[in-house]
Amino acid sequence: MALPSFQVETQTKASAVFGIAAAAALLIAFAAPLLVSRGVIQDLFFILTMLVLAQNWNLLAGYAGLISVGQQVFVGFGAYAMFGCVILFGVDPLVAVLIAGVLSTLLAIPTAFFTFRLYGPYFAIGTWVVAEVVRLLLAQWKALGGGTGTSLPRDATRDMLGVGLMRDVFDMKASQAGDALTYWLALILAALTVGFIYRLLRSKQGLGLAAVRDNEQAARAVGVDARRMKAFVYLATAFITGIAGALIYVQKARISPDAAFSVTDWTAYVIFIVVIGGIGTVEGPIVGVIVFFLLQNLLAGYGSWYLLVLGLIGIGVMLFAPRGLWGLVSDRTGIQLFPVRRMLKGGSLNQTSKGGPHG
Amino acid sequence: MALIETKGLKAFYGDFQALFGVDIAIEAGETIAIIGANGAGKTTLMRSISGVLANEAGSILLRDRPIGALSAPDVLACGIAMVPEGRKLFPSLTVEENLLVGTYGYKGEGPWDLESVYALFPVLKERRKNPATALSGGQQQMVAIGRALMSNPKILLCDEISLGLAPVVVRDIYAAFPRIREGGASIVIVEQDIVQALKVADRVYCMMEGRITLSGRSSDLSRDDIHTAYFGGNRHELA
Amino acid sequence: MSWLDTVVQGVLLGGLYALFAAGLSLVFGIMRLVNLAHGDLIVLAAFLILVLVSALGLNPFAAAVIAAPLMFAAGWLLQYFLLNRTLGKDILPPLLVTFGLSIVIQNGLLEGFSADSRRIFAGSLETASIGLGPVNAGIMPLMTFLSAVAAVVGLNQLIYRTAVGRAFRATSDDPLTAGLMGIRPQRIFAMATGLAMVVVTIAALYLGTRANFDPTSGPARLIYAFEAVIIGGLGSLWGTLAGGIILGVAQTVGAAINPEWQILAGHLAFLLVLLFKPRGLFPRAVD
Repeated sequence: MALPSFQVETQTKASAVFGIAAAAALLIAFAAPLLVSRGVIQDLFFILTMLVLAQNWNLLAGYAGLISVGQQVFVGFGAYAMFGCVILFGVDPLVAVLIAGVLSTLLAIPTAFFTFRLYGPYFAIGTWVVAEVVRLLLAQWKALGGGTGTSLPRDATRDMLGVGLMRDVFDMKASQAGDALTYWLALILAALTVGFIYRLLRSKQGLGLAAVRDNEQAARAVGVDARRMKAFVYLATAFITGIAGALIYVQKARISPDAAFSVTDWTAYVIFIVVIGGIGTVEGPIVGVIVFFLLQNLLAGYGSWYLLVLGLIGIGVMLFAPRGLWGLVSDRTGIQLFPVRRMLKGGSLNQTSKGGPHG
Repeated sequence: MALIETKGLKAFYGDFQALFGVDIAIEAGETIAIIGANGAGKTTLMRSISGVLANEAGSILLRDRPIGALSAPDVLACGIAMVPEGRKLFPSLTVEENLLVGTYGYKGEGPWDLESVYALFPVLKERRKNPATALSGGQQQMVAIGRALMSNPKILLCDEISLGLAPVVVRDIYAAFPRIREGGASIVIVEQDIVQALKVADRVYCMMEGRITLSGRSSDLSRDDIHTAYFGGNRHELA
Repeated sequence: MSWLDTVVQGVLLGGLYALFAAGLSLVFGIMRLVNLAHGDLIVLAAFLILVLVSALGLNPFAAAVIAAPLMFAAGWLLQYFLLNRTLGKDILPPLLVTFGLSIVIQNGLLEGFSADSRRIFAGSLETASIGLGPVNAGIMPLMTFLSAVAAVVGLNQLIYRTAVGRAFRATSDDPLTAGLMGIRPQRIFAMATGLAMVVVTIAALYLGTRANFDPTSGPARLIYAFEAVIIGGLGSLWGTLAGGIILGVAQTVGAAINPEWQILAGHLAFLLVLLFKPRGLFPRAVD
């Protein structure tokens, strides 16, 4: 008798429909600078860069079990690396963004060396100490303004790669073209980040990561090198976070150690986005960043009440819906837009065949 | 009226049912043994009575008072103390501190205090300043029994106290039981060692697969009865 | 300023850091909980003392005596009703909930007290000093240090000499078996956090009288506390005191070389210890 044919799938119907919708949305998003005002483009830039940071933090905490409250180190260091390349060596800002990513990855090696010595909760504070050390060291760097910071030279952003071209083709002002360009780069970065993380989670390595998260000892027993996986994730997120940080500061064009290494801006917000949206899913940070942006606009006039409310919501979600808003949606509807779970299709597992050896 | 009894006691670990309606009863001053193979549900029964596992309130009665739903500290306050399987001494505490911690939540009227426990197990007095885990297995078991006695319980539950100990050590420990009985407590002993159980207990319950399969006075039970109740009805042997 | 003087100031400063750290160390030792809001709770206590001083015209020390039981109650309630719900195998919930709490406290204080720097005035004590052989030590730094030693001695007495202390250690070893002894782990945890808040109040008294503070001062205090705990090694309060002293000396020596290097030098000392002695200088607990 023939065995029923099985097929391992990670695709769902919803995810296929969503794939098409996402491609269409991406196309529209690319056209946005030609359709909407500069203010909207700046908002979208903010949303996209926060999404990149959130996806990275989610990969670290939600999948690799590395709960960091020091990811601002890579935002700040990436930004400073970019500033250094532009100001000291006259490198084009866009090239400098890539260099910043590489340098952030290099920084992550000694950083991991120290923080990986700390167990669980102490890892979290350890990453924070490292961020403080890097901030204090960079605040000593007088060529980049020391503790008070500095600005990008005006002509550096005005003559940025591609800006001239966009001025000619779309008839934009230099500042407008600069915003559009950084927006497009943020869009590409966000799409690549989501794509990279999704692919990673669906790969064999992703399966190993899930195994480590669920039971590190058992995963080790079946040959998953937990430490190596965690180190890889840590370095990869340092690279992407460094690029995101550099890009954010190309757009801001002004840097100071306190702002570039801000725990609130680059880690607290990011943690709340992931927790509220749903930790441990690719969809969660996307939902979270939208909720975050709406809340921010809603509570914009209320000063520190905004963060206070955000903190309370974060605590509430963690206690009563630990899988976040997306977890609630997914539990009710069964929808998965980025399915990473492997499903058996084709045969039925409890099908019993007659005439076997026990018959 | 029994001192303590279980009525149709069922216990679950999540979806897994471990006890299927267990009925046992213990009179004041009595010593009973619960025997059975691994996985028969003996330890689950002990965990249910001691409040580690929560059950339906009415499924465990202490002098007709329902105590099945109480937490472990509340059960202790009813005068029921347990010597847990695997001893479970506190490694950060010395021998004496392990004994003293037994009185933290409840201390009833009775003969047991540091002095009388040391008199029962003199070796513990010599080693009272040592960390509890520095002791030999048998001595650790003495600490665990002493710790449970310190609260002067009306009912003492002893879960697998001979597990992993050499026979000569087991004999030493069981030698203390007549004196513990004199102290007035009813005793429930969970044992895999049938000979030892029959020697010390007035009555025996035998468990298999979450049910009581046999009960009776120790002196009345034949080896065959116990064998059948312990391992299940093996027809080939009986036929 | 002589080097000896610098080191003495550093040791005395270390007392303050040990006070920051003792509560963190206690709570971690008993329930493996790292409270990311610990620094903000210190600042909250400092504001509480400030309010008592300015509203009732109290002496700061008297105000701290009133604040301590209030903080104990706050810590007890916080642990019993909020943090206990987060404890378990997964380390994510306690970290994220206490991180959220940190943000809530900071911004709550910002709303209530604005971002201005504050200080608790302790009158003539602030400038008083006595000679200790060749060096002069301020009365307040000296009191801080002695308070830290007293706190460590007191906590150790409690942990190693009392029934509650036995229950603390038993619960830390094995909460389930502790239940069989009539110990209710939830209440033990609440009591431990309450006690940590009493130490936090002492720390807040000296934080507030020795230097300026504002609602965002918390995270830096958390980091110093954490560094002191790790340098000293987990599980030993004397180790925590030693860790605080090493951190304090590193900072004052760094500052003597270049005032901008004070904080950095402390962090570097911490990283050095992590490099050569990852389990701290006086490790005790086996984790």
